Amino acid sequence: MTTRKIRVLVGKPGLDGHDRGAKVVAAALRDRGMEVIYTGLHLTPEQIVDAAEQEDVDVVGLSILSGSHMELLPRVHQLLRARGMDQVLVVAGGIIPDEDAAALRDDGFACIFGPGTATAEIADFIEENLPEQR
Amino acid sequence: MSAADAALEPLLERFRSGAVGALARAISWTEDGHPAAGALLEAVHGDTGRAWRTGVTGPPGAGKSTLVDALAWHWSAAGRRLGLLAVDPSSPFTGGALLGDRVRMDRSTGERGIYVRSMASRGSLGGLSLATGAAADLMDAFGFEELLLETVGVGQAEIDIAAAADTTVVVLTPASGDGIQAMKAGLMEAADLFVVNKADTPGADRLVHEIEHTLDLRPAGAPRPPVLRCVARADEGVAALAEAIDARRAEDRAAGRLDERRRRRDLTRVRRVFSESLRAHLWEEDGLQDRAREALAAGERPDAAAQRLAAMVLRRFQEQA
Repeated sequence: MTTRKIRVLVGKPGLDGHDRGAKVVAAALRDRGMEVIYTGLHLTPEQIVDAAEQEDVDVVGLSILSGSHMELLPRVHQLLRARGMDQVLVVAGGIIPDEDAAALRDDGFACIFGPGTATAEIADFIEENLPEQR
Repeated sequence: MSAADAALEPLLERFRSGAVGALARAISWTEDGHPAAGALLEAVHGDTGRAWRTGVTGPPGAGKSTLVDALAWHWSAAGRRLGLLAVDPSSPFTGGALLGDRVRMDRSTGERGIYVRSMASRGSLGGLSLATGAAADLMDAFGFEELLLETVGVGQAEIDIAAAADTTVVVLTPASGDGIQAMKAGLMEAADLFVVNKADTPGADRLVHEIEHTLDLRPAGAPRPPVLRCVARADEGVAALAEAIDARRAEDRAAGRLDERRRRRDLTRVRRVFSESLRAHLWEEDGLQDRAREALAAGERPDAAAQRLAAMVLRRFQEQA
């Protein structure tokens, strides 16, 4: 019997201790029936990609409020591609100005969720944009 | 050739070349019941049996993840290749899960060469997922020497883990409850080693004495589990625990207990996977769930309905046989 579960990594890159948002999103995705691997704070892009590879996730969700999103987020994406994990859906949320969000989208981030986004919107987006098969 | 079979060969090739991503995908296949999962496990079965499986169980908050992290760090520093499998509960309502063991395993997850996989229990009622055995086989075949299997923090996970591991470590803390908890059926039979974690907190001495006292009351014969004190957070007692696990495994090997234990383990696994597959099929796909609802709505007593439905299934099976 095939019963595929959506596996999502939720983590916070860099020096940023504000994890309330990441935890709220993690709980909301869990309540939507997903398996959420919560990796905690202060992660380097390398650690995030290692975890994503070991856990075979469908989605990587990054929360960042420190302002260093343009340094850290593209690096995560670059490392995923270098490991052949192009299929992984990468999304981010936090305090990210519109022009940076546009640049990140061009870089391959599936979606950038700003403050005020309903958690249901994030869950819907993941379900609709999930990579085909694994 | 189906699409599933076509995906098998490239995955196996990457798996055998040591690609971590291939191991991760292989575990997902077994969890999801991928059509080629059986063929995959069959293909690597010959490479299993080399890794030593240490199970770690205990109540929620006992410090299992922290202890596993410390133990993994210790073994890794000694040059051993390790795989960690940490099981957390799935919601019986939504099927979702929040797998947070990596947060406590911050040393292992930062270390190259240690593979950490979080697993949701996915409806299995014990402390492990049904796919845990298969996932451990894959990690074994991948070439890890040590496997650390951490259960869900439930009170009665001991039986599951004892049936999946070569050595079972039961972690308790002074806050886990009184000595009566330690005397509950299952725990004494399952534990090969006891760890009193958070041994720097009040009540640790008393708990050690209570466990020792309970062990005094056991029937003679089987080897007596040592009771060790640890403060996993500060690495205290971790080296001694690693040594005790090594000593226990050498003893089990020398006494010829390992083969017998692994035979029993395989039998338990057949029973678990068999009964769960059968239950899932009958209950969800064969409409038994609806019949049970109807019976209850008609006022039938729950136990009576269960017995009647079981008898009905059996009769159908016997008629076909």
